[in-house]
Amino acid sequence: MVAELNYLLQLIVSGLAVGSVYAVIGTGFVVIYKATKILNFAHGEILMLAAYFCVLLIERFHFGFLPAFFLTLAFCALFGLGIERFIMRPMIGEPIFAVVMVTLGLSIILRPLTGMVFGFGNVMFPSPFPQSPIVISKIVVSHAHLWTFIISCVVMVIFFLFFKYSKLGIAMRAAADRQTVAFLMGINVKRIFSLSWAIAAATAGISGVLLANVLVMNLNLSFVAIKVFPAIILGGLDSVVGALIGGLIIGLFENLVGGYLDLYVSGIKEISAYIILFVILILRPYGLFGTKEIERV
Amino acid sequence: MVLRSKTFIETYQEDLSLFRTIWVKFWWTVLLFTLILLPFFVGRYTLYTINLVGIYIIGAIGLNILTGYTGQISIGHAAFLAIGAYTTTILGERSGLHFYVLIPLSGVITTIIGIGVGIPCLRMRGLYLAMATMSFGIIIQYILFQWEGLTHGALGMAAPHIILWGFKVDSDRKFYFLITLIVFLLGFSAKNMMRMKIGRAFVAIRDRDIAAEVIGVDLTRYKVMAFGISSFYAGVSGSLFAYYTTHINPEYFTIFLSVEYLAMIIVGGLGSILGSILGAMFIGIVPEGLRIFFGFLNKTFNLSGFVFTQQLKVITYGVLIILFLIFESGGLVGLWRRIKTSFKSWPFTY
Repeated sequence: MVAELNYLLQLIVSGLAVGSVYAVIGTGFVVIYKATKILNFAHGEILMLAAYFCVLLIERFHFGFLPAFFLTLAFCALFGLGIERFIMRPMIGEPIFAVVMVTLGLSIILRPLTGMVFGFGNVMFPSPFPQSPIVISKIVVSHAHLWTFIISCVVMVIFFLFFKYSKLGIAMRAAADRQTVAFLMGINVKRIFSLSWAIAAATAGISGVLLANVLVMNLNLSFVAIKVFPAIILGGLDSVVGALIGGLIIGLFENLVGGYLDLYVSGIKEISAYIILFVILILRPYGLFGTKEIERV
Repeated sequence: MVLRSKTFIETYQEDLSLFRTIWVKFWWTVLLFTLILLPFFVGRYTLYTINLVGIYIIGAIGLNILTGYTGQISIGHAAFLAIGAYTTTILGERSGLHFYVLIPLSGVITTIIGIGVGIPCLRMRGLYLAMATMSFGIIIQYILFQWEGLTHGALGMAAPHIILWGFKVDSDRKFYFLITLIVFLLGFSAKNMMRMKIGRAFVAIRDRDIAAEVIGVDLTRYKVMAFGISSFYAGVSGSLFAYYTTHINPEYFTIFLSVEYLAMIIVGGLGSILGSILGAMFIGIVPEGLRIFFGFLNKTFNLSGFVFTQQLKVITYGVLIILFLIFESGGLVGLWRRIKTSFKSWPFTY
């Protein structure tokens, strides 16, 4: 009985750790969606690129972890700015299908390109966290998981405060709500778009480096972002709080399914999130916290 | 449609006909003869590429009906292709049905599953639909990998042979005629379907669904129908793919295949049957052209670094998608129409 309870708690703890990273990734999607009403399918690739870039800085140029981490964030933000300026801006005013397809095209370019530059094999991430796990009454938590959880929570709180209170955050919300009105109110909408891409790419950088600590690091890192779709759909595409809660729920659910059902149906953990996505989309397409949009049929 | 000057349409019959002028008929006859004679003049590998392009065309028409005409974004087209391919292989292995039963049957079974997916997807649009279809694709691929009793998992399955009146359809040339025939059949039906009430309803839904409903288009019915028809084409395409490549594997039906098909219809032209055909040809031929070009570079400059890999192929697709969407959103068909119009109305600009 006690062993079973411990097993359950263990699953919950690691589920929350993974879920918190999902939440950060989800925030990246939400920031872009809120400002420009498009979903960035290339988010996973930016995340993967960030992890590789961080490894490059540490291994090749012998940076410490923290400087490398912040340099990676800066690099990602610049990368996001570049994408916005040269690829997304010419697409303003085009139908949503076209814009989404452009990000999808970008994603399939970045993946092999990263592979060609950095190699296709697994990479050992030089983790700054101690390898020995922390044991609290038989529940094992690795340092990496714990720090991931803490950093994710901090990032989420910063985002929440940013959108709620800072002038820039409010301007971004205004631009997301009604572009024309925001423009007439003196908000530089173009700058807001660039900024939201930069911020989103930076969150991708954070989550990429964190994930590289927790997961096996190879090109498949980019697929984690696809797994976050269920989380943001669950939370609602335009809600930061939703991304947090959705991410945690999906992380938990995935781990619980993996822990209990994997014995009977192998690999079910990998697709459990997509099954949820399908169910949510059918039952409540606008998510828990998203703006209601009604589709008539 | 821009008609040549001095072309007068006097009856409804003439207005409705697919081939309006003698010149259109003439060029179609030329095309037909070229297509019949083609396999006797090209090499085996070229023929193989052409056959694959034919299979792509069918799938691309299917996706274009759903995404281009009806405006329902689907990133799960590979799943429907996979269902068609696996239906053919599994039924062919277990029941030994003939191909002329099996190809339409694969189409029909895929249609049923497509309708099953289409009904829950009715409430979604745009991004949400894209994500739903994508997750459907991922789930189907997972099932193909895991349900080993039915699909042999990652090992893949050997597809049955086509036997027609006692003789085996096994050479590329024989396949060429079969595939071309089916492409013509399905291409013309699609062309006609899109000129009929159904096609107009699809376009109305794409352009403004509420307005479409107001003028009497039953949204539920036509959206599900779009899913069904699209799946039928995908099923037939998958079935032919299984027959032609003789071995299928779940690894082929990834999300990248879906993106490849999206690339075809974007490059070719959304909402156009000719666009699907041109796009499939373009996407099928460009990698081959690049491979030859890179081989040429290697030979002349002795560079071993320029090897055309799968990765470069994927990058090419991505670049094509982005370039076409930014600079020529009408696709190849838009380009073709512009050129044609400017020739027809020369020396005037319009």
